[in-house]
Amino acid sequence: MPTKIRDFKYFEKISEFSLAIVFLFEVLIFSQLSPFFFSADNLLNVTLQASITAIIAAGMTFVILTAGIDLSVGSLVAFAGVLTTSMLKISMPLYLVFPMALLGGILFGVVSGGIAGVFVTKFRITPFIVTLALMTIWRGASFVYTGGRPVWELPDAFSFLGAGRILGIPFPTIIMVVVFVISHIVLTKTKFGRYVYAVGGNLEAARLAGINTNFILTSVYIISGVLSAISGILLASRVNSGQPNAGLMYELDVIAAVVVGGTSLFGGRGTIIGTFIGAMLIAVLKNGLNLLNVGSYVQQIVVGVVILLAVLLDQLRQK
Amino acid sequence: MENISKRYPGVLALDDVSFDLGKGEVHCLLGENGAGKSTLMKILSGALVKDDGNIFIEENAVNYHSPSEAQKLGIGIIYQDFKLIPELTAADNIFLGSEIIKNSFSFLDKEKMNEFALKALEELGEEIPADIPVNKLSVAQRQMIEIAKATQRNIRILAMDEPTASLTNSEIENLFKVIRKLKSRGVGIIYISHRLEEIFEIGDRVTVMRDGKKIITSSIKDTGIKELIKQMVGRELASEFPEHTAIMGEEILNLENINGGKLTDINLKLHRGEILGLAGLVGAGRSEVARVIFGADKIESGKIKLEGKAQKFRYPKDAINSGIALLTEDRNLYGLFMERSIRENVSVSNLSPLMKGIFIDKVEEKKAVGKYFDQLQIKAPTQETKVENLSGGNRQKVVLARWLHTNSKIIIFDEPTAGIDIGVKFEIYNLINRLVERGIGVIIISSELPELIGIADRIVVMCEGRISGELQKKDFSQEKILKLATQNPEKTYAH
Repeated sequence: MPTKIRDFKYFEKISEFSLAIVFLFEVLIFSQLSPFFFSADNLLNVTLQASITAIIAAGMTFVILTAGIDLSVGSLVAFAGVLTTSMLKISMPLYLVFPMALLGGILFGVVSGGIAGVFVTKFRITPFIVTLALMTIWRGASFVYTGGRPVWELPDAFSFLGAGRILGIPFPTIIMVVVFVISHIVLTKTKFGRYVYAVGGNLEAARLAGINTNFILTSVYIISGVLSAISGILLASRVNSGQPNAGLMYELDVIAAVVVGGTSLFGGRGTIIGTFIGAMLIAVLKNGLNLLNVGSYVQQIVVGVVILLAVLLDQLRQK
Repeated sequence: MENISKRYPGVLALDDVSFDLGKGEVHCLLGENGAGKSTLMKILSGALVKDDGNIFIEENAVNYHSPSEAQKLGIGIIYQDFKLIPELTAADNIFLGSEIIKNSFSFLDKEKMNEFALKALEELGEEIPADIPVNKLSVAQRQMIEIAKATQRNIRILAMDEPTASLTNSEIENLFKVIRKLKSRGVGIIYISHRLEEIFEIGDRVTVMRDGKKIITSSIKDTGIKELIKQMVGRELASEFPEHTAIMGEEILNLENINGGKLTDINLKLHRGEILGLAGLVGAGRSEVARVIFGADKIESGKIKLEGKAQKFRYPKDAINSGIALLTEDRNLYGLFMERSIRENVSVSNLSPLMKGIFIDKVEEKKAVGKYFDQLQIKAPTQETKVENLSGGNRQKVVLARWLHTNSKIIIFDEPTAGIDIGVKFEIYNLINRLVERGIGVIIISSELPELIGIADRIVVMCEGRISGELQKKDFSQEKILKLATQNPEKTYAH
């Protein structure tokens, strides 16, 4: 069946670029409709707005590639935020408090991801339920920990992380690019990345091929936890306070970005570049609609329709 | 069925095929994978729609577009991978879509369904509990449920795709009894199988297909195995099993009094350069022995010695590092990553030598995989081809390549040729012969006795989780193996 195989490859090659083409098309339309869209300021603004969810989406890509899901990311953003900000208020020299607070937030991401990993691998509970439970636990913990009040009056230097710029580029944007570059390299060039695809493609086959599947599965939840915590810290810095209700519903935005980016919820198929384009596609859409003065209610409808269309495109590619 | 054609983009899957079936007849359908048998059956069952041609039932032209319409016309099909719902009971499955309802609230009449299900199974000569989930039953039992499901619906035409693929000989005998029973009721049966001996036992007529075309239809009486193979492959094959000369080396594997799970007191030895056959009925514990050796299942007591040294394998990883390989029975489910390339499927178990720092060196990887790609003659455009686009035989070669890449010293094949074409089977046997010539110890688990007898140097027979006997090459015979396979040593001694 040589013809059949050739046809298949041809089709696949087209669709690998299809998402990027849709994205460019979208950029083109908005640049025509709004004179402000293509300004450097606006484009950097888009990346800044996208950065928080995009960083989490990179972690979520790892999880979804293993056929898992992490619903706890939004609550992790909140708890990491209030934890770090409250640690910043400890009365010690700044050069000590700063690394401690950041490390504390990130360490929390490791712990939460580790807990999810243990429940998924050792107790064999489905990721959906495990992370659903963690989602409500950390959300509740954020409110209990802060007494429901935001953490205010932070050291001035802290605001650099979320609002600062290096050579005019927003710091969160830089973090986002670094995260995506590293994630891409890990997934495409390392053993670990290869194993992530294998575990997601066929868990039992992966185990029988000699892969430590429990290690891989636990690791992806830790990666997701850490990146969520980083996002939480960046967000807290940007709004200059630790908000217990930060990151509400982020899990849905993040999953949307990953799925629009072509990663299969059944695992084993998807790319980090796809996720990046997916996150940008949604961010540009929201930005463009804002510039065109489309109300936020209508925006929700448009974003939903775009998600459906993107997934439909992916489904057609599968056929 | 007259002049049936089916086109796929770029492929003519069926080319003007005509096929007829008489009342109470068993018409066998032969052909290698991709010959078009399954496509023809899918058209018959309504799962696919034909592009050209006509279908007649009792001289009436019929036209249908879905499996449910085909069922109403009395056409049933049993696929190789059954379409039962694993969590439902036998009764639920048999009545799926045609449930019996009591009272006006449309509640299910479970008692009645159970009763009818038991009766339907009994008519087939089966005693199968109708009220436990079918995933707790054996493959043979599940198949009987499929047949009961079909008979319950008053089918006139029953197509069976590779019905004996995972049955043991006694179960096959039983199946044949059931088929004869159906015949006597006037059901026409289309029987697809790779096993030629069976066709001579059960068939009335046989049709051979190749490359989407019908090659020949003839009465079973007027043909022979050699002739059929020639028609299927399109050329002559010298013999079904290639010869090899065993040069047995020292002992490489020794299982001492292994207990755990299903297994009781397993003692087993394997030598370098030896092909050890592991026979037994399905469920006798053969695959479990393989899994224990491979570290996939834990043992409760006993010792596994590798080249004289006791080993503890907690995970498959440990066994792989010690040079043990397992080619699982169901390669698609437990062996392969379908959506990944041949390259990734081969290298996955031994990436370490291909690393440059923390990165995989793709150039080295391609070179390493390319070696096996050529050596095993994997038929694919390139090593980047996804495994899902390969045939069964080539998929098996990909798994074998993986274990050659790990430098295995012991290779366990669980049903190595299940679902593989005759031409490729021969190639697989040749490969196995070349492995043992290199000093590798090979264990082959197979339900096809002629295959075991044809290639093994020694056969160990299992029954109900125990080893019930051992046969040397000069003593091989189907009868002896079967006798041991049905004779639990424990129960015999108890008398």
